[in-house]
Amino acid sequence: MKTTKRTLLKLALAAVIVGTPAAAVAEDWEPTRPIDFVIMAGPGGGADQIARFIQSVAEKQDMTNRPLVPNNKGGGSGAEALLHVGKARDADHTLLVTLNSFFTTPLRQEKLGIDTETFTPIAMMGVDPFVLWVHKDEGITDFESFVEKVKTADGQWVMGGTGKGQEDSIVIAYLSDAFGLKIKYIPYDGGGAVAKDLAGRQVMATVNNPAEAKGFYDSGDFVPLLAFSDERLPAYPDVPTMKEKGHDFSYYNQRAVVGAPGMSDEAAAYYRDLFSKIYETAEWQGYLKSESLSPLWMNAEEQRAYWAKQVENHKKLLAAMEN
Amino acid sequence: MLVSIQPLNLMLIFVGVAVGLFIGAMPGLGSVNGVAILLPITFLVPAGSAIIFLAAIYYGAMYGGAISSITLGIPGASTAVATTFDGRPLALQGRASLALVTAALASFVGGTVANVLFTLFAPVLATVALSFGPPEIFALMLLAFATFVGLGGDDIPKTIFSICFGLVLASVGFDQISGEPRLVLFEMDGFLQGIGFLVLAIGVYGIGEMLWTIEQTRGEVTTTNANLTVKGMFSDLREASQRAWKGTVIGSFLGFFVGVLPAAGATPGSLMSYGVAKMVSRRPETFGKGNPDGISAPESANNSASTGAMLPMLTLGIPGSPTTAILLGGMVIWGLTPGPRLFINETEFVWGLIGSFYISNVAALLINLAFIPLFVWMLRMPFTILAPMIFVLSIAGGYAATRNMHDIWMMVVFGLGAFFLRKLDYPLAPAVLAIVLGPIAEPTLRQSLLLSSGDPSIFFTRPIAGPITVIALILIFLPALQFVRRRRRKAMA
Repeated sequence: MKTTKRTLLKLALAAVIVGTPAAAVAEDWEPTRPIDFVIMAGPGGGADQIARFIQSVAEKQDMTNRPLVPNNKGGGSGAEALLHVGKARDADHTLLVTLNSFFTTPLRQEKLGIDTETFTPIAMMGVDPFVLWVHKDEGITDFESFVEKVKTADGQWVMGGTGKGQEDSIVIAYLSDAFGLKIKYIPYDGGGAVAKDLAGRQVMATVNNPAEAKGFYDSGDFVPLLAFSDERLPAYPDVPTMKEKGHDFSYYNQRAVVGAPGMSDEAAAYYRDLFSKIYETAEWQGYLKSESLSPLWMNAEEQRAYWAKQVENHKKLLAAMEN
Repeated sequence: MLVSIQPLNLMLIFVGVAVGLFIGAMPGLGSVNGVAILLPITFLVPAGSAIIFLAAIYYGAMYGGAISSITLGIPGASTAVATTFDGRPLALQGRASLALVTAALASFVGGTVANVLFTLFAPVLATVALSFGPPEIFALMLLAFATFVGLGGDDIPKTIFSICFGLVLASVGFDQISGEPRLVLFEMDGFLQGIGFLVLAIGVYGIGEMLWTIEQTRGEVTTTNANLTVKGMFSDLREASQRAWKGTVIGSFLGFFVGVLPAAGATPGSLMSYGVAKMVSRRPETFGKGNPDGISAPESANNSASTGAMLPMLTLGIPGSPTTAILLGGMVIWGLTPGPRLFINETEFVWGLIGSFYISNVAALLINLAFIPLFVWMLRMPFTILAPMIFVLSIAGGYAATRNMHDIWMMVVFGLGAFFLRKLDYPLAPAVLAIVLGPIAEPTLRQSLLLSSGDPSIFFTRPIAGPITVIALILIFLPALQFVRRRRRKAMA
């Protein structure tokens, strides 16, 4: 057979057709560029850990034809990330890994002009509970003696947490209001730094997520006193909840993936399918369990309703904190 | 220890170091980018091998950063900014190979000292790191500034101006504590994210340096005299060990210690070591003009600090630098829980990793020395060819770091600004130091004052913070006292 230019071309074409997986033809939309996977927090915190975990699961199972590229934009309690995603030029390739500053930051900084209602709901991967921790050398083993000790400290009890108006400060404000405690609040730039300064006894107590405090709990340095969850946490069955102490308050950090405003319906459908698959993997289910996250799967409609509810809820909490 | 000499792991170490060397040498790309990009690849190998690979990249990048700092004058990574201060002048004097050899040797010693300290004292040092709360960290930052102000031989008012200028730049963007936007110049969104340290460093040292050289040479076709023979390299090795040992000792120990403190990392470590090396030098005026101690101090420190930063990550589960934060994410994925129990539950993993540090270090030294002739040869290109290359690398590197056009314009502005400030004899290193340390100093100052209800005596009464603060203040005011005394003597005479 004579190899002409034409036969070569035909062969090349055939190779392209054979090489294209059938799935790509069946699906309406697939990413054509690497996906900007924006994280509302700096490297090392809870949101960052989750984003990188999700990325690695997708990578390991070969679930996307283009990679998820983590992009930390933690400045200004996540305002930097919200602005970046809110003004994304390529909405179909921009996703945001959120925490509750998704609700609080737009409320606290109205002049940034961020309207989270315009964002596209994708997936609720779980919610992260809060737990009250003290160092073991504090000599406290139950919540009642904690209250007593804070009261005797008379304003000199120091607690660390994330930035003002963020999750930790909301929980601590509610706690001190409910039990009439005077607490000195020191803001840090992330949950990791807070846990470290509790381990070094620079602060006396924190409300870290279990994932952030787990290492020190395992080594016996941290003592959990109270969980801010609806029910007792399976990993900490002896720790009472705020509700058991007579206050109808629970607080979780949302671990949700959100799309940029103006994302096409096809792209949103693709990502919802992708993240529901990731959610079902043994890896993610294992992560939820080991890090004490609660599953809270929702469809897009339910997520929107959840956002609206959370925004209202945070308006009240922030207003109460101001007073 | 045996884990690290399995054939697969040995291969990974060599590949990792070579990749890291390249990533580190590319301006803008640092170990953070390298580790982040290659993290997914590591799922192909067992967890132990994976972290060894990433650690090798991390190590390689610390060596690589020095290469472009010295040959092109553009810091290859944030950790190598201080290396440009003396590395570039030395290269321009035709001693590029001495500069590169010094950097490689100092990196090796720094890495080795840190590895030994790590092996012997890891659990003890973790406790020391924990005893550093906000007041202690602030005191340390104050000391770092003091080393740049005090006993420099530079014009002190100009140095202070430069530091203040850097601090103002550092406070642009979101306030870390309240989350409020500050100093958003011209209401431009780009300033909300603050002014990146790399943007300033590449602007000042890449573009500013290029403009400066263009002006100095006035269009003449010049080449840097850079010959290299094997014999020459051996004599450089000897010269480096004679003229740069002081900086190496300072950098190795100080760098390690700063690296161990969470939140600091290798960049502050290398800048502080430079400051201290200059301060204790008998001839501080030679710094910034090609003193080998000015290369060995930051280079030994950045390697030493990168090992040090592993310590809080492994023992406390808290990253000491942005790169270790990503490594930490990797460990969670591999099913390892970093924290106080890791040294007990995963002994094989921990000691395998530490063993790999030793081997990475040797591998990096060998690969680096082997390539030095190539880097030196690059310098023999006429500046008319090098200048556009530096410009393109600066712009591309700046964009790679932030993916934001706003930062590119800022880089050009800083480059021009640096050129004029340099003509007016303003030292620029203190401004770069301030933009690195400012974001650490400011929140710790505010946290400390919140702790003490606004009473500044907290910096003097705490057992660790107190002595550090006092030393820092003495260093700052000593030159002022000398100045007054000299005047008085003059008046008497």
